[in-house]
Amino acid sequence: MSLPGCYPLHDAIIAEKLTKYYGDFLAVDHISFQVRKSEIYGFLGPNGAGKTTTVRMLCGLTRISEGKAYIYGYDINRELVAIKKLIGVVQDISNLYMELSCYDNLMFCAEMYGVPRHQRKERVMDLLRFFGLEDKKHVKFKELSKGLKRRLAIAAALVHKPKLLFLDEPTIGLDVKSKRQIWNLICKLNEKGITIFLTTHNIYEAFRLCDRIAIINRGKIIAEGTPTELRKKVSGNKIIELQVSPPIKKSTILDNVDGIIDVNIGRDNTIYITINDAIAALEGILEIVKKLSLEIVMLNLRGADAEDVFIRLIDGTEKNIGSSTRR
Amino acid sequence: MIDMLRLEDIIKAFYIAKKDIKEYYLKPPTISWGIVFPVAFTLAFILKGGHHAQEIIPGLIALALFFGTTSMAAASIVFERKIGSFERLLLFPVSYIGIALGKTLSSFMFGMVSLFATLVVVLPFILNIPTYSLFLVAVLILSALMFSAFGVFISFLIKDPTNTMMIFNSIRLPMIFLCGIFIPISSLPLPLRLIAFLLPLTYSVEATRFAINGNYDVVPPIESILLMLIITILLILLTSIKIRRTIP
Repeated sequence: MSLPGCYPLHDAIIAEKLTKYYGDFLAVDHISFQVRKSEIYGFLGPNGAGKTTTVRMLCGLTRISEGKAYIYGYDINRELVAIKKLIGVVQDISNLYMELSCYDNLMFCAEMYGVPRHQRKERVMDLLRFFGLEDKKHVKFKELSKGLKRRLAIAAALVHKPKLLFLDEPTIGLDVKSKRQIWNLICKLNEKGITIFLTTHNIYEAFRLCDRIAIINRGKIIAEGTPTELRKKVSGNKIIELQVSPPIKKSTILDNVDGIIDVNIGRDNTIYITINDAIAALEGILEIVKKLSLEIVMLNLRGADAEDVFIRLIDGTEKNIGSSTRR
Repeated sequence: MIDMLRLEDIIKAFYIAKKDIKEYYLKPPTISWGIVFPVAFTLAFILKGGHHAQEIIPGLIALALFFGTTSMAAASIVFERKIGSFERLLLFPVSYIGIALGKTLSSFMFGMVSLFATLVVVLPFILNIPTYSLFLVAVLILSALMFSAFGVFISFLIKDPTNTMMIFNSIRLPMIFLCGIFIPISSLPLPLRLIAFLLPLTYSVEATRFAINGNYDVVPPIESILLMLIITILLILLTSIKIRRTIP
């Protein structure tokens, strides 16, 4: 064990200036974070942000270029085999063995993780039941649907009862129903006390499931906190959604209105107005509406949502908050 | 740099081998290159060999074993690396040498199946019982292990899976002419003779010939056995290093 004395014992992961270079390309740029025991920690970022590389470093599939990381006090650079006994990993590809049945796949994982012989069968059957795969016991992995493959991959990562589960984009490519089933499973697993490290580019998924989220972009963590804390980072700003008749085609019409930060017009002619002073902005907008004899079809004032937070933090500016809402 | 091989790793190596047997033994490339092809060419050469068949049978047995084991290694490793399931092995708490051994064992076991098929074809043509039967068993087991380790090592050198059989065959086919199966090594020109001594099949052919016919060409049987043992261990160690280096 090489737990550094100064670190709190309740941390499942401690990453210190974790860095990965692929040649000259800096994929992960000196990131530091802690994951507490029994929490769901989300790594949220766009494609190519460095999420998967971080997971791969934390589970030993990619070498760390610089920095340190500890899993339950074990040093990744020196005690990888001990760490592998504590973690389960679900990669972003379904890479179980195609010709093996669900049962045989789980049994092989149980053997490789060193589950005691007399417990293996029961453990495998319990997992098949828990994941609703009991009737697929003898079905080959290659014959399962995408959603069932993902479920079996998660089951395979749990066969040795790990303390920490890495889920790398667990719902990527799944339909809505399968996605929700996986989300429910993640919550159930966390209720059983398993710490979960979840990477996703799905903002809704991260804000719905995670206790804390780190937003990562271009290999750097640009924000970290609970979903509420992240929302507060842009809480000073609200968004007015406005539809008028006849529609306004140019956003410059609102240029001189006080309290407005940014204006974007959507394809359905909805105007998304990012504001920092609701009263001043509404007064100014209503004045222009009257002056141009426009009819208000829809007027909606709302706070920043998860997507707004994400886009704003990713871009590092507030100017795209409006445009993000149009998607 | 080199992992320690613990008992736990040896047990897990057997689990890997068992999994590979279930997963790959019935794959078309394994069957065609690992059983059908060696059995077919063995039969073809024996029928063509006439009364010289007895001379070439030891070499053909070794060659069939070589094709059987290496085909299995190619199928299991290259395919797994292609679809990403090889990474799953790296997530298990097992050393790299344990993985290398596991892959070697699965090829070894398939080699035994291939050998059985070849022997069924060959036995009616063997006029005398092998001179040293027990020695033959030891030679064939050691040969299968060495060829498996060789196939596993080569499989980890291949980057593009689509070239697998082309690369394997460009290594295997020249060996037919260099390792003393049809042409005695002693009659090869010096440069080719030197190459022959670098090829693992040479030692297997020499030892097999001694076990069946009671004679050898250039390498005495004990030396062949020792060299096969050393080559096997060396290849497994090199594979474990290669696996470590596949981690980016």
